[in-house]
Amino acid sequence: MTARDLVIDRLTKRFAGFVAVDDLSVTVPQGSFFALLGPSGCGKTTTLRMVAGLEDPTAGAIRLGDHDITHLKPYQRPVNTVFQSYALFPHLSIFENVAFGLRRQGHKDVKQAVTDMLDLVELAPYGDRKPALLSGGQQQRVALARALINKPEVLLLDEPLGALDLKLRRGMQIELKRIQTEVGLTFVHVTHDQEEAMTMADTIAVMNGGVIEQMGAPAELYENPRTTFVANFLGQSNLIAGTVRGTEGGFTQVDMHGVVVSVPVERTHTTNASGWVGIRPEKVLIAGPGEELDAPGNHLDGGVVTDVSFVGVSTQYLVRMPWGQELQVFEQNTGRRRLFNKGETVDISWRPEYAFLLDAAQDVNAGIEED
Amino acid sequence: MRAVRNWVAQRLVLWFGLLVLLYMFLPIFVVILMSFNDPASRRGYTFDGFTLDNWTNPCAPYQLCSSVWVSIQIGLAATLLATILGTLMAFALVRHRFRGRSSMSLLIFLPMATPEIVLGASLLALFVNAGFAGQLGFWTILVAHVMFCLSFVVVTVKARLAGMDPRLEEAATDLYATEWQTFWRVTFPMVAPGIAAAAMLSFSLSFDDFIITNLNSGQTVTFPMFVWGANQRGIPMQVNVIGTVMFLIAFAVVLGGELNNRRRARALAGVRS
Amino acid sequence: MSRRKLTGYWLLTPGTLWLAFFFLVPTVTLVVSSLYDPEGSLTDGYVLTGRFANYADMMEFYGPTILRSLGYAFAATLACLVLGYPLAYAIAFKAGRWKNLMLVAVIAPFFTSFLVRTLSWKLLLGDHGPIVDFLQTIHLLGEDGRLLATPFAVITGLTYNFLPFMVLPLYASLEKIDLRLVEAGSDLYASPVTTFRKITLPLSMPGLVAGTLLTFIPASGDYINSELLGNPRTRMVGNEVQDLFASGSVPEAASLSVMLMALIVLLVLVYVRRAGTEELV
Repeated sequence: MTARDLVIDRLTKRFAGFVAVDDLSVTVPQGSFFALLGPSGCGKTTTLRMVAGLEDPTAGAIRLGDHDITHLKPYQRPVNTVFQSYALFPHLSIFENVAFGLRRQGHKDVKQAVTDMLDLVELAPYGDRKPALLSGGQQQRVALARALINKPEVLLLDEPLGALDLKLRRGMQIELKRIQTEVGLTFVHVTHDQEEAMTMADTIAVMNGGVIEQMGAPAELYENPRTTFVANFLGQSNLIAGTVRGTEGGFTQVDMHGVVVSVPVERTHTTNASGWVGIRPEKVLIAGPGEELDAPGNHLDGGVVTDVSFVGVSTQYLVRMPWGQELQVFEQNTGRRRLFNKGETVDISWRPEYAFLLDAAQDVNAGIEED
Repeated sequence: MRAVRNWVAQRLVLWFGLLVLLYMFLPIFVVILMSFNDPASRRGYTFDGFTLDNWTNPCAPYQLCSSVWVSIQIGLAATLLATILGTLMAFALVRHRFRGRSSMSLLIFLPMATPEIVLGASLLALFVNAGFAGQLGFWTILVAHVMFCLSFVVVTVKARLAGMDPRLEEAATDLYATEWQTFWRVTFPMVAPGIAAAAMLSFSLSFDDFIITNLNSGQTVTFPMFVWGANQRGIPMQVNVIGTVMFLIAFAVVLGGELNNRRRARALAGVRS
Repeated sequence: MSRRKLTGYWLLTPGTLWLAFFFLVPTVTLVVSSLYDPEGSLTDGYVLTGRFANYADMMEFYGPTILRSLGYAFAATLACLVLGYPLAYAIAFKAGRWKNLMLVAVIAPFFTSFLVRTLSWKLLLGDHGPIVDFLQTIHLLGEDGRLLATPFAVITGLTYNFLPFMVLPLYASLEKIDLRLVEAGSDLYASPVTTFRKITLPLSMPGLVAGTLLTFIPASGDYINSELLGNPRTRMVGNEVQDLFASGSVPEAASLSVMLMALIVLLVLVYVRRAGTEELV
């Protein structure tokens, strides 16, 4: 079978009253692990269901290579889904669950294939049991086996790890990634857990309100976000208001409340006169007033520590700057540096190559998880 | 003292409940007892002597067994029709979209809420006005039975179907099952217990119906009608034999189902890792 | 799946047609028949004269019977409530692992023919039967006292026959009550009685409404109990309708039926309005 990319072309889904998926275009290269990441209601599950054939698009097309599958029934597509609730058939044994797809395609002798697949997911002795007798993690693996055995061109996973506890989830993330690399299928994984997406995916598309905000490799998305939503949704960001002063030697100069900082031109994502200067908390360095900072760069003084949280692996500070905003600073507890106390005056700094500049028109709170 | 009072209060409801259950079974015991009765006279209804005659000659009274047979035939036919029609409706109500949902709901509910005398009377009025007054019999009874069983089937199957995860059907189509295959291999097996329950309910309602049947039966005699008629002439004790047999069969079926559930539940509890 | 837009209609059609032809149309026919000239007959045919006076006639003849039927039905419903609620409560909360068995026991008596069961009451309530003997022994009943062929017997029969219709909906409602609500009640200093009154009882209202309706409505139209266990003075509307039809008095029977139905609908509407409406099916 020739390797075919999954092409989503201007896909739109309109429900009565609102647009769930808005003119979405994405190409998923064959054999990649692709994640659709976003908060609930962003349209990621709807997109997945349209690829599976469980929803009808309002407009647009879905293609595998040149083959248009947009209006094909689910059973006519070489696409299989691992459902969030697993959807195992309760009246069939594990063996029959896994064999289901093969039998429907007309394969007579399924024993070997099913046994091999059960071995792959390490559930060989459970073939005769009914799903109700298995634990959540085991059911999840059955759901995976049931889909994988059909060697689909695209495997869709709808938040499959959501119901598992933390330790199990971590184990399964590694497991899924291993299987995907081994088997070489295209995986499209839908999730709201940004850590999960970053761990497993080759490419992440961050979705919000039915559109893709940004797409790329996890590192690229994390280090160089193009919208406030992405900056806040993946990890955390400090976003500081500033006015653009001009460009100089490959750097955009931005005036932040009297302090001028530099942002590399390739990390400047706005052409407006003002913008949000973004810097990740772990990139911000903290030192006592006048102390030598580890990395020379944009230097801000007059900060006051308002909160100190010892998280074990790091210490998280909140520093109130002279213009009133509290910035987050994460320092790894390497043991080489002293801890700062609440009320202390500090200087902060960061290397300009880590900063990014975002459009001032965007909501500074977009993408922040509500607690 | 307070402890004793509390203990009594705790148990009071349970014991009262059990008493009520006993009250419900009282007539059943009488039925079973009377099936062994050797009546002194035809008109009286008292226990006079023990005999196995009723059991060895159940069909002795004129028309008793033929009326049972008629009831069984009507029961089976009505169950078949009502179950099929009702299941189709239940599927429409749960799995499909259509307009007029509340009117449909009302239409299904009304027969269940109408007194039998009114149901029977209106059907008779229909038959009379349509010119079938002289042809009342098996078929008019059947029509009536299907009519009032329909609603019960719909409610029973609907309850079972509504409790079924629609994702299972999606998973089946995702795994290359056509609509037809999905229905037979996934939906039907899961909803089958509900359909079976509806069928059993239907049969009981049909077999036991008197009021509606009596009005629309013409010359045909069903078992309940036989008993009613016999009430004037003197009840043969074989009636209680039939009653006991009915009870035992149904009780065995339900008990069997219940024991099966318990067995499955125990397997679940024991094997789950 | 939203694709098959028309399938729903196709699935509904056969059943809807059946109900339309054999429930809706007959109801209309009944109302029409109630307006026939009573001078007609089954052989000669009837003339539709729009004779609303039929209703007045029926009211005059059978007014007391109608009241009696509603009264008996009301009494039976009340008795079912008094007996049924504790039973439903016991099954829902106190039965533990006997729950399913008890439910089977509630339904089991149904498996014997309605008529045969009612006949058993004839024995139980008979003049020399166990209950009368017992009551006479403890002097609750006089020497000549009887239970059979009295309103008491009719109501007893009605209560007995419709008890499951009260118990099952009540049980279904009680079963759904989150025990934690009851616990919250006692945590907030409510005694068991108060907890019942303020928490359990209101939450069981849907089942209570359903149960009372499912008991009252069929009971008011019943005539089997009255015929088997009562006497000519305990005749109910059902008896009269049956006899009128049997003697070929179609318009009279029809108008009496319609009146019964109308009264029931009225009472039910008032009741449901006061108790709070529920999803029907």
